Amino acid sequence: MSTVADAHTDDHAGHGPAKGITRWLYTTNHKDIGAMYLIFSFTMFLLGGAMAMVIRAELFQPGMQMVEPAFFNQMTTMHGLVMVFGAVMPAFVGLANYMIPLMIGAPDMALPRMNNWSFWLLPAAFTLLVSTLFMPGGAPNFGWTFYAPLSTSYGPPSTTFFIFAVHIMGISSIMGAINVIATIINLRAPGMTLMKMPLFVWTWLITAFLLIAVMPVLAGVVTMMLMDIHFGTSFFEAAGGGDPVLFQHLFWFFGHPEVYIMILPAFGIVSAIIPAFSRKRLFGYTSMVYATGAIAVLSFFVWAHHMFVVGLPLQAELFFMYATMIIAVPTGVKIFNWISTMFRGSLTFETPMLFATSFVILFTVGGLSGVMLAIAPADFQYHDTYFVVAHFHYVLVPGAIFGIFAAVYYWLPKWTGHMYNEALGKTHFWMSFIGMNLAFFPMHFVGLAGMPRRYADYPLQFANFNMISSIGAFMFGATQLLLLYIIIKTIRGGKKAPAKPWDGAEGLEWDLPSPLPYHTFAKPPKVD
Amino acid sequence: MNETQPKSNKRVLGWSVLAVVGMFAFGFALVPLYDVMCEALGINGKTGSQYTVEAPDEMRVDTSRTVRVQFTAQKGPDMPWEFSADQRSVEVHPGEMTFVEFVAHNPTDQVMTAQAIPSLSPSKGANYFHKTECFCFQEQKLEPGETVRMPLVFFVDDQAPKSLHRVTLNYTIYEQSRSESVAPVAEKVDSKTTDRG
Repeated sequence: MSTVADAHTDDHAGHGPAKGITRWLYTTNHKDIGAMYLIFSFTMFLLGGAMAMVIRAELFQPGMQMVEPAFFNQMTTMHGLVMVFGAVMPAFVGLANYMIPLMIGAPDMALPRMNNWSFWLLPAAFTLLVSTLFMPGGAPNFGWTFYAPLSTSYGPPSTTFFIFAVHIMGISSIMGAINVIATIINLRAPGMTLMKMPLFVWTWLITAFLLIAVMPVLAGVVTMMLMDIHFGTSFFEAAGGGDPVLFQHLFWFFGHPEVYIMILPAFGIVSAIIPAFSRKRLFGYTSMVYATGAIAVLSFFVWAHHMFVVGLPLQAELFFMYATMIIAVPTGVKIFNWISTMFRGSLTFETPMLFATSFVILFTVGGLSGVMLAIAPADFQYHDTYFVVAHFHYVLVPGAIFGIFAAVYYWLPKWTGHMYNEALGKTHFWMSFIGMNLAFFPMHFVGLAGMPRRYADYPLQFANFNMISSIGAFMFGATQLLLLYIIIKTIRGGKKAPAKPWDGAEGLEWDLPSPLPYHTFAKPPKVD
Repeated sequence: MNETQPKSNKRVLGWSVLAVVGMFAFGFALVPLYDVMCEALGINGKTGSQYTVEAPDEMRVDTSRTVRVQFTAQKGPDMPWEFSADQRSVEVHPGEMTFVEFVAHNPTDQVMTAQAIPSLSPSKGANYFHKTECFCFQEQKLEPGETVRMPLVFFVDDQAPKSLHRVTLNYTIYEQSRSESVAPVAEKVDSKTTDRG
């Protein structure tokens, strides 16, 4: 690789970060914006987590104890929205901002001012969304999928604010995606050909295209809702010739690619970490790139597997069932490649690697329950039960969120210049791992036994498993405060991190000193 | 970095914005597309619009089998009308033109218009169920206290698959508008107490 490590003591070093709050308000620096995204995401993670704690506290025992059913419904809805749009997506955009320029040898993102704007829209969007909790009639209570007409004819008055919040966060995501595409296409260092890019960059490039393709459809759907609510149109209103099922088609046309938006960057992260701690090159780089592309393309042809029970024609059920199952093939390729990378490697299990390996194992569990749900006749039984909740939490928590955790531990020494406390990191991992499995594994059983989702109460026979779930959830939730402590502690001090703290790590970012100087790669590195 | 960079960023930005606008429009284009698809493929229970028999003389009645057509009538939210099918079901031969009636009554003191929306189940039957005349083709306007019998003329296609033994045709009637009649009355009829169904 290159030897530019400290070669950029040039004109740019003169102006470091501005002082005070304006540094953060006006910044166009990709590291500042990336850090703000990550901090914002963590704040939302704790907020969405607090809502999950309310849900699990209510479900700790059968019967109504803590909250009103109406408020419970607001909690499930807001938990989903905050976690999907506030925690997972901004975390990945933050990692993209921070790492992509470093990985491809670019001085910054291609469109830095737009970058600033796309971040600062998010606090606005989520202030709007969270403020609905304090409005008359309460926050949205129709589930994060906001099916019409539940969300149009029967939604609370705050639905309009929810719609505008979705508009604003959609604009933010789209601008973030455009920025990623422009950066990757235009700002690669000389010699950094497409097929030399780290997989995190590749997966993000594909994610960005998915975002550009589907976020506008989401914006369209909520716009139609807005018009149905306020302007007398009947997009989803059977009375005026509309169709509520159309809502589901449109929503899931966005919703299924959205699922991959939340997982593809994690694939990229894991593809960086597993080789580093196996001290081997990634097995099957090219097949990884093509598998990611295949997953992205297939994601546009499977949306109706979320709607098997709306009364689709048999041919449609079959098409969407088989199309969905085909996705298991490229995903299987990826799992195979990660395992083959570890095979006969000199493995060590520092915290990032612990999260990455558990990602591979637990994401596979979530993938397998996904294949079960893809079987249309079986889905008639599983639909809207806790089995679905178990499935998507298995792909999102040890999938997306463990991926983000792994990335944070992996790059934290690079960002802060300090090593995190390995013992605390491992404690965080094991507590999260045990808590998460305790919380979500029993949901498979209660789901198969027929416990429906989104209710504040349940029959007595589900009591034991629900109590276990709640204990696991509390454990997982409390453990995240430990993560907050670890991060703050690492920012403030700790063992000095070398430029390349992981001996097996590869990539341009490790040629730079730790902590990173404010400006990097003002002169592009030479990649051979 | 070279001088062409900013220009090429603009190009990426331009294409991306174009794609975003295009996908936003595509979302809206899916609305009519969805209706066209449903009607063309006869899915989702959409029975389509008025059917014209091109050569009535050539219509063949398949007396070898019968299809039971059941009727259900529902009311939309807050709809005060009484609305029901005259017959619960009829037994018809494929190709046989059949006449049935639905009854609607406006118990309020207001002039009201309403629209009935059909839905056929199982949805695979929708392509073989043809209506030559239906009250659902236009809005129905009822004076206060008025009762009407509304016609439906239909036949089941003789090409209908042998496995189609029974179809259920449901109409849901929705309020479109209401206007005060000559003498406005202070007390409105409570529309929520009526049963659904």
